[in-house]
Amino acid sequence: MTPRVVFPNKFLPYLLVAPQLAITLIFFYWPAGQALYQSMLKEDPFGLRSKFVWFDNFKRVLSDPSYLNSIKVTIVFSVATAAVAMCVALLLAVMADKVVRGKGFYRTLMIWPYAVAPAIAGMLFLFLFNPSIGSLAVLLRRAGIPWDPVLNGNHAMILLVIAAAWKQISYNFLFFVAGLQAIPKTLIEAAAIDGAGETKRFWTIVFPLLAPTTFFLLVINTTYAFFDTFGIVHAVTGGGPGKSTETLVYKVYNDGFVNLILGSSAAQSVILMVIVIALTAIQFRYVEKKVHYG
Amino acid sequence: MIGQSPVRTLIAHAVLIVGILIVAFPIYYTFVASTHTLQTILRPPLPLLPGGEFLRNYTEALFGGIGRIGGVGVGTLLLNTTIVAVGIAVGKIIISILSAYAIVFFRFPFRMTFFWLIFITLMLPVEVRILPTYKVMVDFGLIDTYAGLIIPLIASATATLLFRQFFMTIPGELVEAARVDGAGPWRFFFDILLPLSRTNIAALFVILFIYGWTQYLWPLLVTNRNDMNTIVIALRKMVSFADADTQWHLVMVTAMLAIVPPILVVVLMQRWFVRGLVDSEK
Repeated sequence: MTPRVVFPNKFLPYLLVAPQLAITLIFFYWPAGQALYQSMLKEDPFGLRSKFVWFDNFKRVLSDPSYLNSIKVTIVFSVATAAVAMCVALLLAVMADKVVRGKGFYRTLMIWPYAVAPAIAGMLFLFLFNPSIGSLAVLLRRAGIPWDPVLNGNHAMILLVIAAAWKQISYNFLFFVAGLQAIPKTLIEAAAIDGAGETKRFWTIVFPLLAPTTFFLLVINTTYAFFDTFGIVHAVTGGGPGKSTETLVYKVYNDGFVNLILGSSAAQSVILMVIVIALTAIQFRYVEKKVHYG
Repeated sequence: MIGQSPVRTLIAHAVLIVGILIVAFPIYYTFVASTHTLQTILRPPLPLLPGGEFLRNYTEALFGGIGRIGGVGVGTLLLNTTIVAVGIAVGKIIISILSAYAIVFFRFPFRMTFFWLIFITLMLPVEVRILPTYKVMVDFGLIDTYAGLIIPLIASATATLLFRQFFMTIPGELVEAARVDGAGPWRFFFDILLPLSRTNIAALFVILFIYGWTQYLWPLLVTNRNDMNTIVIALRKMVSFADADTQWHLVMVTAMLAIVPPILVVVLMQRWFVRGLVDSEK
């Protein structure tokens, strides 16, 4: 690449990056640094004195049964949410790829949930499924299923997964449709001529070629389930009943803001930071690969 | 194109219709609930068709009803949410386009350092630095202010990367021609670069507007006063104080008012929305 033609100004570029840089330093790097620092401090309950304790907070957090429980909850929740949201979206996208008429109509209706805030999505499903006035809860009970997400931890988890997955269907649908359109039709036709039926064509050609999209969505959906679903948990279950739906992000919030256990909350923040860095790294490795495959 | 039997096409349509019914149902049912009387809602299951109370519920909610539940009128809530959503979208676009402009069209010491500093913020979402960021807000006196709701959320690596990518595709000849014609950097920015970026800006605006409208954790942290709440937070407070005499029909109207504006933006600006979504993930 030839060197870009640029403007010769010496001072102006600093002025241009200044606003972004200032906000980044004040609201991102300084707090992140503070979190790192505090994660190695031990404060007395009144916040009067603090002591540098190196990795004690991490040791305590990682051996705390309620933190381990929260890791388990987060993994179950993320895997279930990603699986449900992606399977439903893939099925719908494959169907949408088949129809000619009404494609735009289906897409328009399919993208609505994207615009709904996660917390509101949670509240909508709570309205449908809460034991006292939820219409679907009443129907479930009439069908003989003892449905109670307020007291039963598994039911609460199912409710959260449904709400979180519902919201993510639009996003996955759009990406799967784009991925399907990018598959060369000639390949599918060749397989058809060789006598491969529709199901066989899907599993041997379409699905493997869709792998990059699927993998990308897997990372995005996991990130979503880890971080963006705080609103759903906070609005629907508040981590309960018991601690059966307390995800990692919810626990950081709860320990830091409600229970005021600062050192532990900071250590948890740092652990989350490591998770985000790992997820982002995976995501960018994927992008690089896509470039190589052209 | 391979021929497809009509039966399979029919099945595809059927699956899609069932899918849409499932996807649209929660929103539709909320609308249905918002058109029934409180008594009907309290005696589930609710009918599948809208009731006759649309006008009465919505007028009651808009003219004081919601204020009686949450303490703040719905006008204030919608205004707050709009200010936050538009503020975040416009703010992000402005600071990102400026920094991307500097990084692509100028050469200066620490250029790449700045780029990486901005890039790494991708890995520092609010969720991983809740408490210290809150402390910064307190120190700056930004609790319960619009600035506090907006400014910390407008730094964005994604938007900067997007503009940078787009700017790199602009041929150097264009810059050269502008310079030969005596245009300075500002002139070039306003007369050439901005018009060229119009579609990117529109696409990004839709995505960021939705992002701002649906924020939850941040508004929850930095607002204490009810009259600074966004509508999402206010709705959550209404639901959590739910007891025997909650005005459910009015809560449902509030839910509709919180859902409809972003849906309208997404549906009406669908072309830019889809583009923005695909672009911003690259």
